[in-house]
Amino acid sequence: MTELLIRNACVIDPINDICGEIMDIAVRDGKIVESVGSGAEVIDANGNLTMPGGVESHTHICGTKVNFGRYMSPEDMRAGRTARRGHMHATSGYSVPTTYGTSYRYSAMGYTTALEGAMAPLEARHTHEEFAYTPLQDMMANTLFDGNWPVMQAIHEGDHKRVAAIVGWTLAAVKGFAIKLTNPGGTEAWGWGKDVSSIRDPVPHFEVTPAEIISAMIEANEMLNLPHSVHLHCNCLGKPGNYETTLETFDLVPNAHDKRQSLYATHVQFHAYGGSSWRDICSRSEEICRSINSKPQIVMDMGQVMFGKTTTMTADGPMEFNLYRLYHNKWSNHDVELETGSGIIPVHYSRKNLVNSIMWAIGLELALLTDNPWQCILATDNPNGAPFVKYPEIIALLMSKRYRNEVFATVHPGTEHNVPLAALDRELTWNDIAIMTRAAPAKALGLVDVGKGHLGEGADADIAIYPIDITTTDPANAPQDVIRAFAQTDYTIKRGRVVCCRGTCTVDGENTTIWVKPQISENHSMEDDPEFNLNFDRYYTVRKRNYPVQEEYLHRNLCIETEAKL
Amino acid sequence: MKHYDVVCPFCGCLCDDLEITVENNRIIGVDNGCTLGNAKFMGKERLSSPIRRNGDGWETISYEEAVGYTVDMLLEADRPLLYGWSGTHGEAQCTGVHMCELVGGIIDSTTSVCHGPSILAIQEVGHPGCTLGRVKNRADVVIYWGCNPLEAHPRHMSRYTTYADGYFLDNAFRERKVIVVDVRKTETARVADEFVRIKPGGDYAVLSALRAIVRGKGDMVPASVAGVSRSQLERMVAMCKDAKFGAVFFGLGLTMTKGKYKNIRNAIELVDELSRHTKFTITPMRGHWNVYGSNEVFTWMTGYPYAIDFCRGIAFYNPGETSAIDILARKECDACLIVGSDPGAHFPRGCAEHLADIPVVVIDPVPTMTTAFANVQIPVAVSGIDAEGTAYRMDGVPIRVKKVIEPTLPSDSEVLGDIFARMKEATGYD
Ligand code: SF4
Repeated sequence: MTELLIRNACVIDPINDICGEIMDIAVRDGKIVESVGSGAEVIDANGNLTMPGGVESHTHICGTKVNFGRYMSPEDMRAGRTARRGHMHATSGYSVPTTYGTSYRYSAMGYTTALEGAMAPLEARHTHEEFAYTPLQDMMANTLFDGNWPVMQAIHEGDHKRVAAIVGWTLAAVKGFAIKLTNPGGTEAWGWGKDVSSIRDPVPHFEVTPAEIISAMIEANEMLNLPHSVHLHCNCLGKPGNYETTLETFDLVPNAHDKRQSLYATHVQFHAYGGSSWRDICSRSEEICRSINSKPQIVMDMGQVMFGKTTTMTADGPMEFNLYRLYHNKWSNHDVELETGSGIIPVHYSRKNLVNSIMWAIGLELALLTDNPWQCILATDNPNGAPFVKYPEIIALLMSKRYRNEVFATVHPGTEHNVPLAALDRELTWNDIAIMTRAAPAKALGLVDVGKGHLGEGADADIAIYPIDITTTDPANAPQDVIRAFAQTDYTIKRGRVVCCRGTCTVDGENTTIWVKPQISENHSMEDDPEFNLNFDRYYTVRKRNYPVQEEYLHRNLCIETEAKL
Repeated sequence: MKHYDVVCPFCGCLCDDLEITVENNRIIGVDNGCTLGNAKFMGKERLSSPIRRNGDGWETISYEEAVGYTVDMLLEADRPLLYGWSGTHGEAQCTGVHMCELVGGIIDSTTSVCHGPSILAIQEVGHPGCTLGRVKNRADVVIYWGCNPLEAHPRHMSRYTTYADGYFLDNAFRERKVIVVDVRKTETARVADEFVRIKPGGDYAVLSALRAIVRGKGDMVPASVAGVSRSQLERMVAMCKDAKFGAVFFGLGLTMTKGKYKNIRNAIELVDELSRHTKFTITPMRGHWNVYGSNEVFTWMTGYPYAIDFCRGIAFYNPGETSAIDILARKECDACLIVGSDPGAHFPRGCAEHLADIPVVVIDPVPTMTTAFANVQIPVAVSGIDAEGTAYRMDGVPIRVKKVIEPTLPSDSEVLGDIFARMKEATGYD
């Protein structure tokens, strides 16, 4: 039995309605408890801001495409390196750090749980291997279904139960966590060098539309009773005028679940553009937020862009090729048979560039115009909009109108004619930030019941203590203090032990992989489905028997078993 | 007893449909494999216990002693090299990286003597690729450049290209056109629809000519380029542009000949150019079954795919300086651990000579040419036969190689795990 007592903490815990109360937190064997004995180890929080560990609901940090981003970019590896020290291994990389680098930097910022945003099922083993070397965060993987042949065939046949059965089998086989759709239909079209241009544009050869894929998958998601909702990267990412596609997509979403959203729309900044070309691109954040504000069934994340160098990487192969044709830097692409695609290019977002400045503004507008902070999560689609180490700056921008104005004064002068940002006076509160960085993502992912995102009794003792006194700091006027505080915790506590103290990780760590296993009745199981098996072995280049991720890859893990309505 | 869908641990194709018959813990039959794969499964000549050089001969030693020797060798060295890794599974490679970091050594894989130049090119211009199933189901034009799959990757054409079923092709064999580009008429060239014979060293020029033609600047191209007529080049470009899906595969005939990484860069840029007209992809034909795995593992753990030097604590990468043959040629290296590869068979003479002068430990199931330079050899179970673990196919697809017989020896990861544990103990690292 190990016990820990955090004294004198100024706690913000939105799920339990605690906002800035000075209190003690008791921990036993990795869980929050009512009280501990006098022998417990004591940490004095000194009245500093104390919150549940950060929960990242959309980031690209482990797997085939991420690793290719490292592999092709020695210049990025050189841009961030540290030597082995104590429990910390050597690290490399700035926008795509090595697994240890990612884990240590997230931990220093107080993050203890993260969802890898895109895992191709065929390459899932790779993602799980990297999870094992990301020791300080509990990990889970969005599983890509945007161009899945058996799924599209079942949708075409109108057999939505079969859709759910295929998804359920695949998720359990690859130890995935949730359904991810990246440019649904578009990644299959990219197999011929094409794309889909709207949610009504049929996928070549499969005769289904993105809209049909999205609707069927939302239905399947609820049939399978999954903890998270469908996680969608909308069609037409990055294209001027794409906000219409985004709004049309939002209109498809039913209110299908009482405890959480029915759709998680990711990196919406990239999907909120007006105009018809790069010359007249403008912000449509107001229309997007009007839609979000009227649809509690949708949660989004910002996809904030920050200025500087980074690497873009997504399963959206055609989008990356378009981007490459703009930047002419270098381009990698990796299509995955029967399933999905992916692309990677390095980019530099410049404040002198009008389009980049508009992108920067739109992300902030989404957060400021969304009435309910539970519906807009703070994220950069790491590393696509910016590396996650920029989060503290984003927090400061959201909390301080003055700071926003200061930065706004440095961006392309044409920006103000194309975005409403300058007119927005809202300044987010400490509580808003706590919601957007831990409570809302935990709730959106369906992880509150397994103990994430809050500090109530029985919750995982994942805790972040930031060196800032919120009773004396006015965030509107002290943005640099806010940035400093969120950049590095005094203590990051994971499963009840200190894993990082003022930037130094103090344990080797061992994380938990969270995955789902829907229980599906035998007559719907894909285990012995003759058609599924025949096509599998005929068209994949890996035998069905060799496809599932073996138990050996899981190490410590938490399997969420669900009762499927099938 | 029959094992189905077994993975072949021989070449980068990682065929996973083999059938292995086992009786009394011995393999007595292999179905579906090619001759190379079959030979590996049926191979007999294994070492049964660690050996240490003793004057002109060898003496048998215990694992305990062999591990102790290795620990002392690595900890005493100033500039240890940990080399090989393409013939073992990923879990062992991970331990290798940790060991290397601990002693501040250099870790490199056989990549530096095979597709190293391809990686340098990719680091300059990127890599438009795909998994092999994308090719199998779609490609109507396949180009093999500087490689001879029928001999080096015998089932590549039957599983992934020419002879494979394709979802979008009614009669895949007839509908797919195969172009072979090489300096000699190989077995593969004989089955090609179009054989483009290049004079040795002419790849770069031919690639440039093709790019010019794709760009509509064919009139700049001379009547003959490196022995290839302009009309043939134009025909080849027309085939590529007409393709619905084109796939280029290239081998050491492109990476290791005159021009080296510039050739690969040019080939990638040709694919990039063609991608503006139709779908095109390019894939290196990786040789050893898990050489790509070594690149993947090294990359997520250190940031770089090969040739990593930890001597200053950080991971430092500069192929040409930090690659195995350079370290050996400069006689910088003062101890070497070799795992799952046979540098004695393919390193330049000077490097081999230096290996003979320094302490060398080889971890390998069988005696190889490298054994001749070893002070100690530690035999292990064969990954994919009596040990399991992760491998990455030439296209990046991770596959778990299996165990079909019960091991009588420890696996690579067990032996390396022991060595690493003892190293940590000795250095007070917990
Ligand atoms: S082609 Fe390669 S992997 Fe396949 S059976 Fe032959 S040697 Fe083994």
